[in-house]
Amino acid sequence: MTPEIKLDNVTIGYEGRRFVYDLALSGGGIVAVTGPSGAGKSTMFHLIAGFVSPDSGGILLDGNGMSGKSPGERPLTYIFQDHNLFAHLDIKTNIALGISPRLKLTPEQRSEISEALAKVGLAGFEKRMPQALSGGERQRVAFARALVRHRPFMLLDEPFASLDEDLRRAMGDLVVELQRETGMMVLMISHDRQEIARIAGRVIEIRDGRISFSDSRDMWLTTRG
Amino acid sequence: MIEAIGERRFWVGAGGVGLTLLAGFCLAAFAMLLASAAASSWPPFAYLMRIFVFTIEQAVLSTLLSLLFALPLALAIARRPDFPGRRFVLVLMILPLGLPVLPAVFGLLEIWGRTGLVNDIGAGLGSTSRLSIYGLSGILLAHVFFNLPLAARLMLKALERVPSDEWRLAASLGFPRFSLFRFVEWPALIRVLPGIAGLIFMLCVTSFTIILTLGGGPQNSTLEVAIYQALKFEFDPARAMILSLAQLALTAVIFWLLRLFPDPEEDRRGASGRPFRPDARPVRALLLDGLTLGVFLIFVGAPVLAIVIAGLGSNLEGLAADPKFWQALRTSLTIALSAGLLATVLTYAMVRAEASLPARSAPIRLLFRFPEFMLLIPPLALGSGWFLVLLRFGMADGAGPILVVLINMGMALPFAARIIAPELATHLKRTARLSASLGISGFARFRIVDWPVMRAPLLTAFSFAAALSFGDLGAVALFGSDNFITLPSLLYASLGSYRSMDAAGLSLITGVICFLLTLPSVRLESARLGEDA
Amino acid sequence: MRGISLIFATAMAALSPVLASAQTLTIYTYESFTSEWGPGPKVKAAFEKTCGCTVEYVSLADGVALLTRLKMEGGATKADIVLGLDTNLIEEAKATNLFAEHGIDTSGVTVPGGFSDPVFVPYDYGHFAVIYDTQAIKNPPKSLKELVDGNPDEKIVIEDPRTSTPGLGFIYWMRAVYGDQTPEAWKKLSRRILTVTPGWSEAYGLFTKGEAPMVLSYTTSPAYHMIAEKNDRYQAAEFSEGHPIQIEVAAMTRTENEELARSFLKFMISPDFQDIIPENNWMMPVAKTSTPLNPVFDKLVHPKITLSMAPDESAKVRKAYVDEWLAASGK
Repeated sequence: MTPEIKLDNVTIGYEGRRFVYDLALSGGGIVAVTGPSGAGKSTMFHLIAGFVSPDSGGILLDGNGMSGKSPGERPLTYIFQDHNLFAHLDIKTNIALGISPRLKLTPEQRSEISEALAKVGLAGFEKRMPQALSGGERQRVAFARALVRHRPFMLLDEPFASLDEDLRRAMGDLVVELQRETGMMVLMISHDRQEIARIAGRVIEIRDGRISFSDSRDMWLTTRG
Repeated sequence: MIEAIGERRFWVGAGGVGLTLLAGFCLAAFAMLLASAAASSWPPFAYLMRIFVFTIEQAVLSTLLSLLFALPLALAIARRPDFPGRRFVLVLMILPLGLPVLPAVFGLLEIWGRTGLVNDIGAGLGSTSRLSIYGLSGILLAHVFFNLPLAARLMLKALERVPSDEWRLAASLGFPRFSLFRFVEWPALIRVLPGIAGLIFMLCVTSFTIILTLGGGPQNSTLEVAIYQALKFEFDPARAMILSLAQLALTAVIFWLLRLFPDPEEDRRGASGRPFRPDARPVRALLLDGLTLGVFLIFVGAPVLAIVIAGLGSNLEGLAADPKFWQALRTSLTIALSAGLLATVLTYAMVRAEASLPARSAPIRLLFRFPEFMLLIPPLALGSGWFLVLLRFGMADGAGPILVVLINMGMALPFAARIIAPELATHLKRTARLSASLGISGFARFRIVDWPVMRAPLLTAFSFAAALSFGDLGAVALFGSDNFITLPSLLYASLGSYRSMDAAGLSLITGVICFLLTLPSVRLESARLGEDA
Repeated sequence: MRGISLIFATAMAALSPVLASAQTLTIYTYESFTSEWGPGPKVKAAFEKTCGCTVEYVSLADGVALLTRLKMEGGATKADIVLGLDTNLIEEAKATNLFAEHGIDTSGVTVPGGFSDPVFVPYDYGHFAVIYDTQAIKNPPKSLKELVDGNPDEKIVIEDPRTSTPGLGFIYWMRAVYGDQTPEAWKKLSRRILTVTPGWSEAYGLFTKGEAPMVLSYTTSPAYHMIAEKNDRYQAAEFSEGHPIQIEVAAMTRTENEELARSFLKFMISPDFQDIIPENNWMMPVAKTSTPLNPVFDKLVHPKITLSMAPDESAKVRKAYVDEWLAASGK
């Protein structure tokens, strides 16, 4: 697949601030989204995902306009910082909901779940409950779900913020591997320079509500790093 | 909150229907009351003033006494995070929540009444005067019985939210007992005291059964009882209306004042861990706390024990053989379960609808919080209005029970909302975005995501509403008849006559059933209380 | 001959369920009448023997509540007979237009002061009195004024004038003695009132339970304790100002069960009914009884002065007097 994302003069204003996004990206890979706190990174993610509607402008994913489309209808998987799993459902069901929101799965889809769990290193975790898992394991389940959804885009909203150094590295590696396997475009909010240097292919920087930089990682390292 | 358009429309629609029906029910009652302002007279002004003043007077005194006696209890328990029997004390603090009023009054009479335990002991010790439970003293006693544990619970929660570092700091600075109170405990309490006082005040102003049974005449009548008497005794709709409006005005003012203060129950998931309380160790402290706890245990435990002992010693077989008992039981259960179900469904619809509305439409959102506002609508006023409606349009035989169900439902709404709303808010906060991002919506969402989590609070709300209805006397006092009897109305009748054996058995049975119904709420409350214990 | 009797008997047996369930007579009355220890059950049994009907009671708290209920129900009332109003209420009752003239011969009826009315038929009478516990009170009040001014620690239970005929009677009593000073008298008396109950049953129950040493009841109440309990612990206090008389009456409504209702009223002033009254309702009979009264009844207080009010007057002032009581009953 060749994922393509376009933000065409997308504007939104709230709490007295204005955000304007102009963006065109094409092709799979990991895109790090960085910038000072409150600059507008999460806002952009929420716009792409459909949690908020822009005041003006168009959002296109793979050439299709997203206006009027609910979050569930958009070709992406969103990974939150927390609460990626339903606490009252087991791991298997949690992933299954990523395939069919009504839990109507074909046998092939069901076996995919186990495969996905194995790929993220959680083989055999089907029946476990989220409380029994560590923070890192829960995020991996979220990734497993992303795998079975086969969407061209994945948005990571600081999913590793609460994890320690080593775990972050391991997660970062997992993201790289998943991207390699699926060819999707991963947009990842990150403040960690080392992490960006290690795994990102491209970097977007957002300042004061607009995109101030959009280029390769190496370019970012030399000019901004 | 983020959700699919269809889903939003459904819930707002459902909530809207519920709201319309509920508001219509209330407005019809008041319209009827206003329309009935015929030629009849105003109550004599002195009487109206007396009632108004007494309503406030007994509520103020009840509130002050409850707070005053709850304070030492809360302080004692707070500084001992574990001692043998702490759980039991906490349960006893929650127990009056699940006790229906009439059986409790019976228990109180057994202990404090003229021929009760205390007077018998007094006579045995040679005392000549007997204390009388009728009138203001009885009302205060009963109100304190119910509200002291409530006040103590809420104060305890506030004290347990004090960060453990503060205790350590105080200890390292060598604070004596009074400074501990002045600088650590009191600041924590003062934040919640107005809210607690307001809540208890509101409960006492709208109290009906206690005033009816222990009041003892027009000089000890409150507005609720006066409304009932204006209708049932004098058959004077205009008088009932004037009294209802007076009551409504009073509760509206209190309600508005209440909202100015922080809710004593919010932020239950407060800090904590065990406080470092070296002041709890000295023998004097042990004795003092032990005494406080002992007095509390006896004060709350004795009437409860009296109900059990008197009940078991009464003629239970005779009761079981009486067809009236079974009729009353069947009626009570049917009404309670219906009222509980309606209250739960209605509350959920409206709470859920409010969550679906965008944050900007604050006035409309406020409308959907109607269940909380039911606290300010006097049940007797509601009943009076509908009583007159029935009279005007023909008193169909089945109408009485239906109205009791609806009025009980109305009474239960604020409590159901208190149980459901916070749980739903937390649940939606956790799962709304995730559900939206995965495209889970509609009935599938309710089935897979919402119901499994909300099932427990909904059941708790249901059973609490059912218990409230089961033990209620107010509505059935208006609509009851020879054919339409409930356990409380039967109990009230037997309390009145000299057949107190029946009263004992009925009290026990009513009390047990109510308590079983409130068990889920008791557990919930206990969990919220004992989170750190 | 035997064959015919047999057929006749069988026919009667077959028809008797039909005959027995032919008619129901609905009597609205107060609950102390219908309670197990009251005259109700015996009256029901006695009447059902002769009428071939079923008697059904609807019980209200007390006499005034009866009137209130009727006003409420209006024409839709199911009552055939209303039993338990007293002379203070008959004008208001007539004004409801729900009652029919009885048309029976009441010449055998005698009450002190005389009574005759085309609609209402007396069935018993009594004098109101304060009953006291001789074990608790050594010096009973000898007048209403002594009651009002007496020791506030010795309590009395009274009934609510809005529902109860003794309660209402007491209001008139106070008014008769105090006139326009009544509000002050109420204020003083309030300190002695333990509680106000909706009906006579509750008040008397509280009294016998020992909750208060005095209660507002009838001069005939001690008779119960003396006869049934062989106990003269409870006695009536005689007041020098006199005692009000209460004549309790019954009437039939404009019911379709006219014949049956009328025959009940006739039965009511016959010995079969009047015999039941003295030792079940603990009031005085208004007509001949088959046996003389128990001698205990002679030991009761017989008021030298009887207070009464003309029915139309009492109707006019009822609401005003009750409101006055409501207003004055503060501390």
